[in-house]
Amino acid sequence: MDFGTLIQILDSTIRLATPLLLACMAGLYSERAGIFDIGLEGKMLAAAFLSAATAFVTGNVWLGLVAGIAASLALSAIHGLASITFRGNQLISGVAINFLASGLTVLLAQNWFGLGGRTPSLEGDARFAEIRLPFADALSGVPVLGPVYADLISGHSVLVYVAFLVVPASAWLLYRTRFGLRLRAVGENPAAVDTAGVSVRGIRYAAVMICGVLCGLAGTYLATALAAGFGREMTAGKGYIALAALIFAKWRPWYALGACLLFGLLEALAIRYQSIDLGVVALPVQFMQALPYVLTVVILAGFVGKAIPPRAGGEPYVKER
Amino acid sequence: MERMPGWADVVLVPLISLIIAFAISGAVIWAIGESPVEALTVMIEGSVGSTYGWGYTLYYATNFIFTGLAVSVAFHAGLFNIGGEGQATLGGLGVALASLFVPWPHWSLALLGAATAAALFGAAWAAMPAWLQARRGSHIVITTIMFNFIAASLLNYLLVNVLRPPGSMDPASARFPETTNLPGLDAVLGLVGIPFSDATPANVSLLIALAACALVWALIWRTRLGYQIRAFGKSERAAVYAGISPVRITMWAMVISGALAGLMAVNTVQGEANRLLLNSVEGAGFIGIAVALMGRSHPFGVLLAAILFGFLYQGGAELALWTSIPRELIVVIQALVILFTGALDNMVRQPVEQAFLLLRRKGP
Repeated sequence: MDFGTLIQILDSTIRLATPLLLACMAGLYSERAGIFDIGLEGKMLAAAFLSAATAFVTGNVWLGLVAGIAASLALSAIHGLASITFRGNQLISGVAINFLASGLTVLLAQNWFGLGGRTPSLEGDARFAEIRLPFADALSGVPVLGPVYADLISGHSVLVYVAFLVVPASAWLLYRTRFGLRLRAVGENPAAVDTAGVSVRGIRYAAVMICGVLCGLAGTYLATALAAGFGREMTAGKGYIALAALIFAKWRPWYALGACLLFGLLEALAIRYQSIDLGVVALPVQFMQALPYVLTVVILAGFVGKAIPPRAGGEPYVKER
Repeated sequence: MERMPGWADVVLVPLISLIIAFAISGAVIWAIGESPVEALTVMIEGSVGSTYGWGYTLYYATNFIFTGLAVSVAFHAGLFNIGGEGQATLGGLGVALASLFVPWPHWSLALLGAATAAALFGAAWAAMPAWLQARRGSHIVITTIMFNFIAASLLNYLLVNVLRPPGSMDPASARFPETTNLPGLDAVLGLVGIPFSDATPANVSLLIALAACALVWALIWRTRLGYQIRAFGKSERAAVYAGISPVRITMWAMVISGALAGLMAVNTVQGEANRLLLNSVEGAGFIGIAVALMGRSHPFGVLLAAILFGFLYQGGAELALWTSIPRELIVVIQALVILFTGALDNMVRQPVEQAFLLLRRKGP
């Protein structure tokens, strides 16, 4: 493999890791606050559809972004209502949200555009353009560092940079602020937070809404930056891979970055090569596709390190009277 | 204190949830500029208006009975088996291997062999997450989701690289031999003199599904294992105190659940397609969740809910055929049913409970 190919694969790794990273961070907020969220997939899908539809109609991708986040937030609100207010089963709520998004997006896409469940292709200002960082062209001639800067670091859409900034921002928010401490406490021991006079519901709703915003970004990125428009079921399990990455990262922001880059790399390799010949044995493409899930099962089983979820995860909090 | 009578819990609450779900679905149909009444008429005529429609309705219902029972058995043990999809995929593999590589002399033996293989493969695929939950403490919901994807990749690999007949481009297995083909429902009903359309995929597996309902009922309410499963599901600590082993119950509940999900493949793979396709499960594993929730995890409830979803599926196909409402409407209805009968159950239940409390105060 020559240097140019390596840069290409890493570049596509960054592009493919971005939606995973955004969704993974989204899940991190929710689950750290004790709300399991297997509805990441549905929220991304809803955001992808509404952002693409709005961007196509208005010709403005920023309005698309707002619509995408709104769609995702609406589903988050349902999840919050079901799992916080009505103390329902969070997993079942997540399943329902995934189906709701899966059905509604195709139903509305077909009804609005009549193209068999996709939106028309987006062009120009209806998509997020690639940003050339300063000096990218000037430096591209420099050996090794030049291509790394010009092709790998520069030349992505703004949402990619946002995604990579979300990681340090979240690490700071969760571990260095009062809100972060309370959010994590609500996921471990909500009764203690309640005793301290802080609203468990309030913090949990805040976490679920942050999750909605980030899923909105992830879905919008899929439809308006990575692809040029919405296609039916375009998330194709990315929400579940993000969930896997979250467990792989043991619910920690910086680890999440590593996990998402690893899973992004696997996806990039699976797209580029039909099979990978290791000399002794050739790994089929299906193996690469299944690897994130297999790795997650192994991690979850505690064979390689132990992944311990937030203690109060999945349990509705009943305030004592 | 009982807050409300048993019938309200079993019938009234699910019924109200269902009505809300359908009302919102009607609103969705109305919002996209179609008539909900006309849509309902098309669905009813297309799914139960002829024996042809009934055939498809019952064919889909057969799938949902199996997957619904699978989710129910796990629910009774307090486990959420979201992996019916993967277990049914593996069940399909079992059916295909049994049908392709064993020279069955008669369809009845082929059915027995294929069903055994389907149940074993499905059970094995559920046993791994069960073991990981029981012994290693990994959350069964996450592992079963992961196993769904691993199953899809595994089947994709096997179909493309191993089972695909030479020269074929389709990622599908070879056709099964003629002797393994199951008789249709028309042949079964013909024996008792009921005329039935012979152009539908409904087949004898429906009878296996009905038998499975009875067996699951007997298992849960009439055997020691069933009692232990329910006790474990109600309170793990009380069950442990009573000497029930959590590992044993988790394993048994999931293995039975996986076997039931796997059996679904007999209907689709052997009964309908006569070869193994890439996506023969088509989301039936997930519909099992809706069916189990609506049927309150009782085999009879599951049977009714499965027929309702069979009606929705066939009706949805007719809708897509005769109106401009896409088939995905069914996915929306399914989502709303799961939402209101599952996640938002308390939203419906609390007002009903309060209403009964009020009535009681006024009464004697």
